Amino acid sequence: MSGALAKPVMRGMLAKRLRFHLIAAFSLAIGIAATFKFAVAEPRKRAYAEFYKKYDAAKEFEAMREAGVFVSARPTGK
Amino acid sequence: MFPFSALRVGSLLTRRGIIASGTFRTAHHGHEVAKQEDMSLPMYWDRTDTPLPDIPFQRKLGAEQQGLKQKEKSSWKNLTNEEKIALYRIMFNQSYAEMKKPTNEWKTVLGGIFIFIGVTGLIIWWQKVFMYPQRPHTFDENWQAMQAQRMIDMRMSPVQGFSSKWDYEKKQWKK
Repeated sequence: MSGALAKPVMRGMLAKRLRFHLIAAFSLAIGIAATFKFAVAEPRKRAYAEFYKKYDAAKEFEAMREAGVFVSARPTGK
Repeated sequence: MFPFSALRVGSLLTRRGIIASGTFRTAHHGHEVAKQEDMSLPMYWDRTDTPLPDIPFQRKLGAEQQGLKQKEKSSWKNLTNEEKIALYRIMFNQSYAEMKKPTNEWKTVLGGIFIFIGVTGLIIWWQKVFMYPQRPHTFDENWQAMQAQRMIDMRMSPVQGFSSKWDYEKKQWKK
């Protein structure tokens, strides 16, 4: 025989593939979820909290009324 | 639906196997191309995921090949390399290297894709000239400005969206 070949892998192929892909899948899934949480969800929650800390609904209403967007509450004045 | 399409893919592949045997170079000959394959009998095909097809490639062996098959029955150490290759070619049509050879088919596919995108572009151009109605007046600069002002007045998306970018004190866009 000219140059005997190495014996190919005969068993355990699924297990090997599963091991790699399971670790990869879980890490990717958790990583992406964490990234989304800290890049999107938390800043959004903070933005809303900040906005409503100083929010005065009545003042905003008067401003909108003066701008003329309401039908039943027309701007005050002549 | 899915099993049916798998069948059609299978028959496409056998056709390729048959045509490949008829048109490919190399020394072997004798595999019929003209007559219709009997699908109820085991078939030969070159597939990378089926290393050992159901039947050998050459069914009808010439005198020389039959002699070779007899020789194969004794010790294989007596076979020369050429004889071993000849025996291989009796069993198989294409080697894995030949099967996996790149085909340049991708160029055809890509070219076809671009052609059809081009045709679509021409159709859309014709539509623009001959079919589409006038642009709605609500797209005018002036109208869009008035629209944006109204959105700001209404405080649309004041937290993270549209109105959050407007500075209500200075009456301008936030820097």
